[in-house]
Amino acid sequence: MQAYPESVPLPSSDKRWKLVEATIRRHGHKASSLIEVLHTVQESFGYLDCVSLRFVASSLRLPLSEVYGVATYYHYFSLKPPGQHTCVVCMGTGCYVKGSGNLMKAIEEVAHVTAGETTPDGKVSVVAARCIGSCSLSPAAVFDGEVMPKAQPEAVKDQIRRWLDHDAR
Amino acid sequence: MTLDELQEIAEKEREEQKKYTHRVNVSVAAGCLSLHSDQVLKILETEVQKRGMENTCKVKGVGCMGLCAAGPLVRCEPQHTYYRGLPPNQEILSAVVDNLDGAPLPEFALSPDVPFFAEQQKIVLENCGVIDPERIEDAIAVGAYEPLLDCISNRTKDEVVQEIIKSGLRGRGGGGYPTGLKWSMVAKAPGEQKYVICNADEGDPGAFMDRSVLESDPHRVLEGMAIAAYAVGASKGYIYCRAEYPLAVKRLKIAIKQAERLGLLGKRIGDSDFEFEVEVRLGAGAFVCGEETALIASVEGKRGVPRPRPPFPAYSGLNHCPTLLNNVETFANIAPILRKGGDWFASIGTEKSKGTKVFALVGDINNTGLIEVPMGITLRDLVFKLGGGIPEGRKFKAVQTGGPSGGCIPEQFLDMSVDYASLASVGSIMGSGGMIVMDETACMVDVAKFFMDFTRDESCGKCIPCRVGTTQLHGLLERISAGEGKMEDLDTLERLGAMVQKTALCGLGQTAPNPVSSTLRYFREEYVQHITEKTCAQGKCACSNTPAATAGE
Repeated sequence: MQAYPESVPLPSSDKRWKLVEATIRRHGHKASSLIEVLHTVQESFGYLDCVSLRFVASSLRLPLSEVYGVATYYHYFSLKPPGQHTCVVCMGTGCYVKGSGNLMKAIEEVAHVTAGETTPDGKVSVVAARCIGSCSLSPAAVFDGEVMPKAQPEAVKDQIRRWLDHDAR
Repeated sequence: MTLDELQEIAEKEREEQKKYTHRVNVSVAAGCLSLHSDQVLKILETEVQKRGMENTCKVKGVGCMGLCAAGPLVRCEPQHTYYRGLPPNQEILSAVVDNLDGAPLPEFALSPDVPFFAEQQKIVLENCGVIDPERIEDAIAVGAYEPLLDCISNRTKDEVVQEIIKSGLRGRGGGGYPTGLKWSMVAKAPGEQKYVICNADEGDPGAFMDRSVLESDPHRVLEGMAIAAYAVGASKGYIYCRAEYPLAVKRLKIAIKQAERLGLLGKRIGDSDFEFEVEVRLGAGAFVCGEETALIASVEGKRGVPRPRPPFPAYSGLNHCPTLLNNVETFANIAPILRKGGDWFASIGTEKSKGTKVFALVGDINNTGLIEVPMGITLRDLVFKLGGGIPEGRKFKAVQTGGPSGGCIPEQFLDMSVDYASLASVGSIMGSGGMIVMDETACMVDVAKFFMDFTRDESCGKCIPCRVGTTQLHGLLERISAGEGKMEDLDTLERLGAMVQKTALCGLGQTAPNPVSSTLRYFREEYVQHITEKTCAQGKCACSNTPAATAGE
């Protein structure tokens, strides 16, 4: 008989933990599901914090160091909370050749933060992506999940300004 | 499900489709979707309903048609007309529906006879842009899963492997290892449990072939994996897909469920003892996970760090079991090879590079998009005939193939044949199929620096040549681009590059210096100009803004 680890109590009554627990159960608490579970945490909470890493570590019976190691190794995982809005600039080769460097500069000018940072008021996160696969529409920027094909610095600046000025979309 | 039952479904679906006299296919792959093709689809559907034509005209969301530059794309049958750049505008789309029998609207019409479409030969992409990727019946109607069930009931495992060997298919992910040989290694490897893994971690920036296949024809990939599993004796499979491709992941998951429901995946496939289960595993944004041992570590839930080979994954891979690992495009070639035979496949392409290859044309080129052409086509045909040349009448400078592991190929090699050996002979690689075209405004020092920045950042840090070497190479390039380089830096770049190439642990490090060495080889004068004149003729590098450059110091 295979012994299943006992369930670890959820960190709080927040319903999102149920989603995380469901993923852990679906994979039978196996250590090999670590990345899948971290994906669920990030999808549910927006980022990975200390509480969630500890919870995942004890649920999968993994050392916290290993969980932290995986969480920090992969670019996709973030240990900082995202801003209200996220702007992703694709820095893949296709977009780079078409001037995505200028897009990034334009964004940094208005948002006053560099790629990987969030504005101090928590409104806008700026992210540089490796390649979002929209190479044929380069340079591409993604605003809250919506791709802006053939983005121009002025249009990008306008959108960022709108986000910064009001809470309106 | 038996072969007869499958054919019955196919026949029924084909009958069902025959009742439509007109078909309007709207591309709902990621490229066109970001241009709101989903709204185009909806409006077209409403317009058809308004006219009470829903029983004679089928409006359908399909996968990628290739010419992304002209999205959103729509294809009308039986006239074979394409529409390009259709906006989600009711008036225009209403006119499209009204003109189904007449001549297409001239301002949006796109002839299927343009070289971009006419010069292609589609094997991998044959169903992309034709079938609805979210309906298995649509795939079955064009022959999906027939080769799989045929293999299970009529061919031995060894016969399947032999057919793949005969085809001469080589891995399409970058390395170009003979696929049949890999299969036979795994088939012969001792072990109860074996795995099949599909590498869908398309990490090369500037490449989206695999994404398009997964979004447009996921069943093709699943079938290829299932045939491989049958041939090598595996019962469990994983598709390791980038988390950055949510639409591909969604469609894959739908496809897996549909195939399981029909008994084409799971237990007792084709009413035999053969079983094969597939799960999707999400990547998490690590380029090195395209390397097979790193990918396997990532599927195991660990940090994706490569390990020395041997043992090769064919003997000891996932969970230390024999594991077959192929790329998406490789698996997508399997079903056609078994349907039409290895000899047929081997008759396409060149002597050493068989079949077709899918390329992503991006950068400074008019017809950006995806194409599939026989191996051996010339670069000139790719760029100027299918690609439609360089925009705004500018001059061609170089084409970069193979992603961060490849090189920049200058104009003098434009008439070279595109195959594994020729590309290697000029210091590049076939790679996964990204072709980034650069015009005269590109600065090659800047391009080399871009790639070194990429590999430096993506180096996993396990081996010193890669971890330190890429950082040093990048530092040297940074210095040169800032106008502070010395002539001896060029020798250091070459020496250090050769050292990293020879001593790094995995493919990432071994190929990382390629963009530098190839640009040094063909565009040395640009490096020299940055060093001696402290200026960047294209104005891309930092040195063109420094006071030193403007003062002409």
